[in-house]
Amino acid sequence: MSEREMEELKRLLKESMPAMQDAELRRDLWPAMQQRLAEPAIHMPWWDWALLAAAGAVIFLFPAIVPALLYHL
Amino acid sequence: MEVLERFAAGDSDAFECLFRQHQGEVYRWIIRIVRNSATAEDLTVETFWRIYRARARFDARKGNLCGWMRRIATNAALDHLRRSRREVELPEEMPDTGKPVSAEQNEMRQAIFQAMDRLSPAVRATVLLALVEEEPYENIAKALGISTTAVKLRVFRGVRVLRKELSNAGVRP
Repeated sequence: MSEREMEELKRLLKESMPAMQDAELRRDLWPAMQQRLAEPAIHMPWWDWALLAAAGAVIFLFPAIVPALLYHL
Repeated sequence: MEVLERFAAGDSDAFECLFRQHQGEVYRWIIRIVRNSATAEDLTVETFWRIYRARARFDARKGNLCGWMRRIATNAALDHLRRSRREVELPEEMPDTGKPVSAEQNEMRQAIFQAMDRLSPAVRATVLLALVEEEPYENIAKALGISTTAVKLRVFRGVRVLRKELSNAGVRP
């Protein structure tokens, strides 16, 4: 691709999507940040823990099902 | 203790101080990649959230906070571009130039947007920063965590796809 073609493509791009260099932040984002910080960390409901424990117990008690599980996954 | 050291140690006042000092800079970087002000605001908060969570990994003595922030901001913007490819794309914002847009220009814009959509998020961000925003390749390389050669390669690949797509749409760059 020649220099001229590259410049032409640049011109087309810039005409359709002008540079955003002068875009300024129009509001203070600190309140939004504080809200984000106050959000609780991902909460896992108790029944998910119970299911996980049950699955772990089954695998521990019946390890022979592991290959079968892997085969079906 | 310096603000950076206090921030790395988990001081929330130091974090607020850094946030207020750098929010505009992070926003201006992100909007150049995502080109939508509401999205850029959300991603600025997301970037600082990631920064806050990763504060323990920041080495205050080595310093380069701006470079670190820019890298995290770029990753947040790229993650957004990857997600929005699968979801509904937000309309792209145009800075108000005060000039009316002709039907021909509108068609051209559509062809260019469609061609840009064909690019992967990483290539698209690189092309935007290099060709539209005219950011030096070294800065783009640092922000993306790749070499300058890799940036040049991405621009080359992007230009090749754009030319092909525009040519298919009847636009000859």
